[in-house]
Amino acid sequence: MTENLPRPARPLRVLAAMSGGVDSAVAAARAVEAGHDVTGVHLALSANPQSFRTGARGCCTIEDSRDARRAADVIGIPFYCWDLAERFREDVVEDFVAEYEAGRTPNPCLRCNEKIKFAALLDKALALGFDAVCTGHYATIVVGEDGTRELHRASDMAKDQSYVLGVLDEKQLAHALFPLGDTITTKEEIRAEAERRGLAVAKKPDSHDICFIADGDTQGFLAKRLGRAEGDIVDESGAKVGTHDGAYGFTIGQRKGLRIGHPAPDGKPRYVLDISPVNNTVTVGPAESLDVGALTAIRPRWCGSTPAAPGTYTAQLRAHGGETEVFAEVVDGELRVRFTEPVRGVAPGQAIVLYDGTRVVGSATIATTTRAAAAV
Amino acid sequence: MAYLDHAATTPMLPEAAAAMTAQFAATGNASSLHAAGRRARRTVEEAREALAEALGARPSEVVFTAGGTEADNLAVKGLYWARRAQDPARTRVLASPVEHHAVLDAVHWLAEQEGARVEYLPVDRYGRVSPEDLREAIARNPGDVALATVMWANNEIGTVMPVRELAEAAAEFGVPLHSDAVQAVGQLDVRFGDSGLAAMTVSGHKIGGPYGIGALLLGRDQTPVPVLHGGGQERHVRSGTLDVPAIAAFAVAAVLAAERRERFAAEVGRLRDELVRAVRAAVPDAVLGGDPDNRLPANAHFSFPGCEGDSLLLLLDAQGIECSTGSACTAGVAQPSHVLLATGTDPQLARGTLRFSLGHTSTEEDVAAVAAAIGPAVARARTAGLS
Repeated sequence: MTENLPRPARPLRVLAAMSGGVDSAVAAARAVEAGHDVTGVHLALSANPQSFRTGARGCCTIEDSRDARRAADVIGIPFYCWDLAERFREDVVEDFVAEYEAGRTPNPCLRCNEKIKFAALLDKALALGFDAVCTGHYATIVVGEDGTRELHRASDMAKDQSYVLGVLDEKQLAHALFPLGDTITTKEEIRAEAERRGLAVAKKPDSHDICFIADGDTQGFLAKRLGRAEGDIVDESGAKVGTHDGAYGFTIGQRKGLRIGHPAPDGKPRYVLDISPVNNTVTVGPAESLDVGALTAIRPRWCGSTPAAPGTYTAQLRAHGGETEVFAEVVDGELRVRFTEPVRGVAPGQAIVLYDGTRVVGSATIATTTRAAAAV
Repeated sequence: MAYLDHAATTPMLPEAAAAMTAQFAATGNASSLHAAGRRARRTVEEAREALAEALGARPSEVVFTAGGTEADNLAVKGLYWARRAQDPARTRVLASPVEHHAVLDAVHWLAEQEGARVEYLPVDRYGRVSPEDLREAIARNPGDVALATVMWANNEIGTVMPVRELAEAAAEFGVPLHSDAVQAVGQLDVRFGDSGLAAMTVSGHKIGGPYGIGALLLGRDQTPVPVLHGGGQERHVRSGTLDVPAIAAFAVAAVLAAERRERFAAEVGRLRDELVRAVRAAVPDAVLGGDPDNRLPANAHFSFPGCEGDSLLLLLDAQGIECSTGSACTAGVAQPSHVLLATGTDPQLARGTLRFSLGHTSTEEDVAAVAAAIGPAVARARTAGLS
């Protein structure tokens, strides 16, 4: 248990990112307990923060900032708020909108980890004399025999968040601290630990969904940003079967909300197969047509050295998705992936994270997919 | 520890603390008619007289409030409502753009909710309003001005306003002028009776008194519409049971502030000048904010090019030096100061500000600590840059 953690050989000056939630508060407390010199910081990511949290969404309200401050008080560490709203808007929110506009499905949490927490925040922390940034993510850092650092899945697979950290390179990992990664406990036990430490956030509901869309209405958010753009919904033969208010509002594999009104000739449910922003068309079809046999992904980022040889890995395609076996190779700076078994509903824009056992090998952004039939 | 944030709040004077605790044991509502009530009333009235004398006012001109913010709100909103009730044409409010948020946001609220037309008076690069500009602004249509409000001295950059001349200009047209003197009391010669002001805000905890107590000094011919309605205390202008312990302690602090002012201003001014010299020696391109000469003796305000004020704050805090960026916070996040922006400071430069404010506990050691820490802190903050 944490109480028995050995004192680090050299206490680090640690900047703990504190969202106002229970995980980051416990992580900061554990970093203190491990002997580090910890300072708390809450990132203000919204230029116009709401006063209170709406439901369980978001982490950028004034209430969250106050909860983080109270946790820091109890832990006994200095605490500051840093305004990274402008960087967040540029690097995460605008990218999110642009990706949807281009017919892709982005994951803003990965983007935030890559560009904000372990770039903007880390750079500033290092410049100010800190050694590391600590977060409440569930993932493990293993120091290899040659001193290189590897990112591994959390000890508890059910809570593992290594997927959203798959964008970190070795340099970023060298300055990251995830004190919750080796925890094999339920969320209830983390809450109990927070309670035992006197942290009022122990009972706070978990946050999920997209923090900058306070009401959870992604479609409404996009519609406000991108406007209405009515277009056709077509089937695989190109025949018009309905209309939509904006192709950006759809995700590959989506079934609900198509509003086609009449059943398909074969009576089976129809899914979004393709989104074409160029001609503002959404293509729908049967589930089988969602089966993907291969994909290419761009902007690969490697957690260690670039995989020297093509090989067999496991891949994760969604934040809460399962693992699937793939053959992967790098060709002309792109990641080419072939699935052993076809996978369903793979959306361009999402990240594919490759694993070797529990070790994160790297990640890349899915650019194109190939139907299972064609890939064979 | 070097506490250099006395403009935020200054340690309570032992004499004030003693006066306050002495009252805690006593019972009595100052509005009650029995012996206990009469005792409480007597304490309040003696305090009122002492405070009035310390501030060059008459006892009847003292309206106790729960602090500076409330006094500012009462003056700005109350005088606006009263003047508009007398003549519906009076909806123009003249305000300096460098006011504390207690004034600025009250004025803004009047514009949003009460049909006020707000006109921000021009300021020079030190944040000073000129009497000529105030005169010109009123003269454009003296009949439609509800009130004017210009602070006595600026809380961020320390610039002192020509309050008497401004009050004269307003008086020429019969326009009431309010001034927030929260930062000025104890450092400048603040005498309400000689100032020509219609209303003036003062606060307890900035002069060694307790938190949560302040006063609006209010000319006897001024009858603002109350913000708080109730039992009719304080000239029917500010209802609410009087806070006897806080009032007693506030008066003690005000009396001591007035008695000690000249000597304190000279001593703290000398320390402040030393601090300014030390900062300039360590960081030659640091820019002193506010009027270099006509400023609060305890205030030193700097902008450090290429630095984030937040970074400097963190680095100095880690070395036990407590100061402020000087600007208001939302969710603890520093916004570029409206004061600096109003003085025409480059917005990038305005992000790297620090306010050192000295007080009655400040020492040479405090200044020496800043002198030793500021150079390396600025160098490090510059590498972190503007995020």
